[in-house]
Amino acid sequence: MCETCGCGQSGSAGPTSQDPSHDHGHSHDGYEPHVHDHALSHSHDDGTTHSHGAGVVNSHSQDRAARRIEVGADVLAANAELAARNRAWLNERGVVAFNLVSSPGSGKTLLLERTLDRLRGRVRCAVITGDVRTDRDARRLEGRGAPVRQIETLSACHLNADQIARCLSEVVDEGVRLLFIENVGNLVCPAAFDLGEHMKVVLLSVTEGEDKPLKYPAVFVGAGLAVITKLDLAAAVGWDRAAALQAIRSVHPGLFTFELSARTGEGMDAWIEYLVKAAV
Amino acid sequence: MHELSIAEAMLEQALAALRAAGGGRVVRLRVRVGELSGVDPDALAFAVPVAARGTEAEGAQLEVVRCPARVECEVCGATTAVEWPDVRCGHCGADRVRIVDGRQLRLESLDVETPAAALDGG
Ligand SMILES: [Zn+2]
Repeated sequence: MCETCGCGQSGSAGPTSQDPSHDHGHSHDGYEPHVHDHALSHSHDDGTTHSHGAGVVNSHSQDRAARRIEVGADVLAANAELAARNRAWLNERGVVAFNLVSSPGSGKTLLLERTLDRLRGRVRCAVITGDVRTDRDARRLEGRGAPVRQIETLSACHLNADQIARCLSEVVDEGVRLLFIENVGNLVCPAAFDLGEHMKVVLLSVTEGEDKPLKYPAVFVGAGLAVITKLDLAAAVGWDRAAALQAIRSVHPGLFTFELSARTGEGMDAWIEYLVKAAV
Repeated sequence: MHELSIAEAMLEQALAALRAAGGGRVVRLRVRVGELSGVDPDALAFAVPVAARGTEAEGAQLEVVRCPARVECEVCGATTAVEWPDVRCGHCGADRVRIVDGRQLRLESLDVETPAAALDGG
């Protein structure tokens, strides 16, 4: 019996079970029948933690009566498959897609407005916007030379690949080179869902605080670019630029970070030039 | 909160596996949640019983195995657990690392009672 967690997996792991070869709680690649013997929650040496629904009595007689069905399935496999299909569809047409994620009110829509204005006539863009509030964002983005499609997310906190698949062919017409997907304002949930984008871009406004990357590391780890927005407010809110860059780079070493103000245009040139190059 | 839609997807997979294996009643679901998966295990624990209501998994116990983020170092080759907030090599300290673990969200297994066993046990 495994000494790390009391599971039935036999083998090499002795008391020195920090040995990474003792990899069961951690990948279960073999999916051996595996009966745990536990309190409500316990930890393993490698940091994995088991926990159980509170208030549920663990009946061991029930355990023995039960048989185990090994599944070993990625819960988001269906989304991942659709996302891969979206990406392939975009690749065939030479379209680069950015998935913009941020907290609510971090300035995604204003940045997109200014970006569309600046790219108009240079690079054909398309936008899918998924903000929860009605179609206000979509209206703000219309009339800027780019097809815009609103996804009604209702109460959902993120977009999924299926929603993107349903409107891709409507919004991405001939000639479109860049697709911007404005995700729902939320720094947690969009991290879990691949939409078929080529890159997640995480926005952080100076009004949000320098430690946001430390509080929401998953989205920063998964991003290919960061954009610090509302730079025109930096002095007013006492923005600590060094601390913010340090926080971003501690969770994602080397993450390229633009710093700009869509309102004043400061820093926009570098962002626009980056997009023009990405569109080639 | 997206954990409800995730719980629904998970239940769908669980019930498909259950039917493929001849049916019964699910008494436990075991799931692995990586710390970079974007899924909050506590919210999932709240959502699963809701999604399971009225199905063969109603009342099933949820066992969550939390999986820490791990990185592989491009400099020394070591694989180490991330010591938040510093995503760097735990062995040599280099920041040229690749995330190799912690993004998973996997339904591992179901514990199932057959109707006869459920009767005997109950
Ligand atoms: Zn190293």
